[in-house]
Amino acid sequence: MAMNSTGRGDTRPHADTAVGQTTTFTGNRGLQIEEALIFEQGQHGRTAVDLPEPPKVKARLGKVKPRGEIGLPGLSEPQVIRHYTRLSQKNFAIDAGFYPLGSCTMKHNPRLNEAMARLPGFSDIHPLQPISTVQGALEAIDSLANWLLTLTGMAAVAMSPGAGAHGEQCGMIAIRAALEARGDKRVRVLVPESAHGTNPATAAALGYVVDSIPATADGRVDLDALKAKLGPDVAAIMLTNPNTCGLFERDIVEIARLIHEAGALFYCDGANFNAIVGRVRPADLGIDAMHINLHKTFSTPHGGGGPGAGPVVLSEALAPYAPASAVVRGPNGFALVEHAEGSSFGRMKAFAGQMGMFTRALTYILSHGADGLLQASSDAVLNANYILASLKDVMSPAFDGPCMHEALFDDHFLKDTGVTTLDFAKAMLDEGYHPMTVYFPLVVHGAMLIEPTESEPKESLDQFIATLAYLANRAKAGDAAHFTGAPRLAPRRRLDETSAARKPVLRWRPTEVLDEAAE
Amino acid sequence: MRYLPLTQDDRRGMLAQIGVGSVDALFEDVPKSARRSGPIEGLPFHEGELGVERQMKALAGKNLPAGSVPFFCGAGAYRHHVPAAVDHLIQRGEFLTSYTPYQPEVSQGTLQYLFEFQTQVALLTGMEVANASMYDGSTGCGEAVMMANRVTRRSRAVLSGGLHPHYAEVTRTQARWTNFTAVDAPADVEGSEDLAALIDDQTSCVVVQNPSVFGYVKDLSALAEACHAKGALLIVVVTEVVSLGLLTPPGEMGADIVVAEGQSIGNALNFGGPYVGLFATREKYMRQMPGRLCGETLDADGRRGWVLTLSTREQHIRREKATSNICTNSGLCALAFTIHLSLLGETGFTRLAALNHATAVTLADRLAKISGVTVVNDSFFNEITLRLNKDAAQVVEELASRNILGGVPVSRLISGRPELSNLLLVAATETTTPEHIDALAAALEDIL
Repeated sequence: MAMNSTGRGDTRPHADTAVGQTTTFTGNRGLQIEEALIFEQGQHGRTAVDLPEPPKVKARLGKVKPRGEIGLPGLSEPQVIRHYTRLSQKNFAIDAGFYPLGSCTMKHNPRLNEAMARLPGFSDIHPLQPISTVQGALEAIDSLANWLLTLTGMAAVAMSPGAGAHGEQCGMIAIRAALEARGDKRVRVLVPESAHGTNPATAAALGYVVDSIPATADGRVDLDALKAKLGPDVAAIMLTNPNTCGLFERDIVEIARLIHEAGALFYCDGANFNAIVGRVRPADLGIDAMHINLHKTFSTPHGGGGPGAGPVVLSEALAPYAPASAVVRGPNGFALVEHAEGSSFGRMKAFAGQMGMFTRALTYILSHGADGLLQASSDAVLNANYILASLKDVMSPAFDGPCMHEALFDDHFLKDTGVTTLDFAKAMLDEGYHPMTVYFPLVVHGAMLIEPTESEPKESLDQFIATLAYLANRAKAGDAAHFTGAPRLAPRRRLDETSAARKPVLRWRPTEVLDEAAE
Repeated sequence: MRYLPLTQDDRRGMLAQIGVGSVDALFEDVPKSARRSGPIEGLPFHEGELGVERQMKALAGKNLPAGSVPFFCGAGAYRHHVPAAVDHLIQRGEFLTSYTPYQPEVSQGTLQYLFEFQTQVALLTGMEVANASMYDGSTGCGEAVMMANRVTRRSRAVLSGGLHPHYAEVTRTQARWTNFTAVDAPADVEGSEDLAALIDDQTSCVVVQNPSVFGYVKDLSALAEACHAKGALLIVVVTEVVSLGLLTPPGEMGADIVVAEGQSIGNALNFGGPYVGLFATREKYMRQMPGRLCGETLDADGRRGWVLTLSTREQHIRREKATSNICTNSGLCALAFTIHLSLLGETGFTRLAALNHATAVTLADRLAKISGVTVVNDSFFNEITLRLNKDAAQVVEELASRNILGGVPVSRLISGRPELSNLLLVAATETTTPEHIDALAAALEDIL
């Protein structure tokens, strides 16, 4: 069944009926409107903000001269609203459609979370106003911290990291600090081949030698290879669980035992905590530190690429090394430890953390409760397995057996079709889907990682499954041109990334400047 | 549960299709020792929207919002008026619920505003290129130093005593754990430090904040020359980005990297985050920049479009050889910044800056008349340092009890320095009214 065809005959576009062939005077295509850069629209003297004339005063700028013209464009409010409204219409979004981007957890973003974060009691408070005037904010942070500790079973949590990768760095510094405190200079960090790129980047930034561990044929850490690499110079392992192949590391308790036996520590990349939240406590798996991406598991919005938040839960052994700032309960209510004292390793970020993300995550958590979180992770895993089971015969699953929250396929089913994973993904754009994550994890050839999340109804999954089956069959039937020319119906066709990188143009410049440069 | 669409019938049918009897069977890889039956104990169950709203409002109600009282706090986070259009636009689902533009054909909205954002940041700072944003100013500062270390192949950074103490702590933390040296100049209360004297031939960069955390504005041209004479880079930090509407930009003073906190434009105080870090540099250092970059290109039909570019610097390609471990930027906060700046335009932004400065001059002149108050800095943009005849933290508590948020005591930022305990940082913006200034002045006259 093709999409949008119910009761209206077959509305599928034919392979090379590029809709763009219908030329228009404006270049617009109905509601798809071409939009100039804001710099190409401005007029001198226009503004969308009315401000009073500043009172005449004697400037106190010392020896600094007032600046000359900046070059910002001037627009009125209706122009600005139209500009960004048009830009928004060129974006795919969860609100608009199914967004099964593996490893990213594009689940529904409840609007209550937005409303609560905007309460003036949260949004209009200054990070350095007196502690007595922000007791509710500190209580909210403490309350979220308690949820995170109970859900993970861990001893302590550092709330300040600004994103997942920032949390990784926080956790790995805590590990290095703990090792150094016991006079233990270790130089190697073990990272599975399937890891997120942030893991090796983080370890390397801290001066560690990154040592890669291969995967087994069933997509897990190769235990024998791990044993062979363990030694007195290994500081830590950085392991994602469930891993980036969407699989639970079934030897994880044994891995933790081996790591600890070798005197090393266990950093768990908690990016995929959303698969097990409310069901499995990471502490019961033997980990020492784990970051939690609030924008994944607890649905703070992805916002086109941030802001995130990456609190890090820590074991008893690592807790003393946590960075400032930290909320503590004191005799007169809540207090904020703002200076790294004692064994604390320092400070990750100005102020006390991503408060606007904390309030959204706490709202999400209170809405779900312990039972709702368990149901959410269960449904996320059920949805992924439903896709895996329904497409296993027409596409090629990378591994046997059930998956966790995401289903991983390789490109074996496209063998000899002339269609690549990328082509397949681009054809999905024309069908109205955001593609899955492609070419990650690196351990699978032409990887396609599908994460449906718990937010999708079964009807939506069925239509998606039918669409992928249709595309897979079409590729196998030899219609490569349909794929290699895709997308044809998106706001843009394929963009030339090679020339963008070869001769980078990272900003707009006035035409006269460009002309001068060309001469 | 209002966010979960599957019905019990759906679940049964799906389990049948998968060929298992229960969802628990899908978790068979979880070691037995870690399995539990039912929800995790000790936590409440799900709650309707009304109930959650009540709980969150109760928490919010225990805080004193800045907008409800005379308010003078700054020190790296500033309260400005944000036009209603900003929040309306950033809450459009196409912006709010999209992610990193991995598929540029259906992400041109995000990519185009990032390109515009990069251009705005380059213009404001007087630099040639800018990235698509950092987590915030403080983390941007640490990343700038690491970039300077890469560019110069040196590892000794000099930090000004006028640098925001949190920024200095973040950078020192990076230094300690990523193995470089950070040399701290003493707190520069008098605005008289000589950073050029601290530069040696191992120095990768000098990090200086303008206006400084104590409020001074300085011409950094001579310092830039001193840096360049010894092969070091000048990193200029700006925590109040509105100042760039009035002051000679760091690029014109010779800065090599400019890092700024962009919160003032488009973003609420939010108790410290999320904010948006601005990061700009010279074109020749472009490939050493951290973070995401958006670049212009053409599509298969020859139409202009944008993509993420130079990603061979980044962790998802380069892994342990990446310039930074950064994966996200601060997308939605960058969007708020770029929309607010587009609304202001040249006319609005420069007027906003002039208004901030004029309000601060009025505030400084009024407070200087109070017995027991000395205005320490003779130059400033919108923030001044007061020396009081009493402990500033106690005075701030006393002001708070009178419903005035009267500024940030320096002791809140720098601990264990009793000689700084009478210093108070006081900021004014376009949101500060004459009545607020009168209220603060009257209260200080009473307390001191």
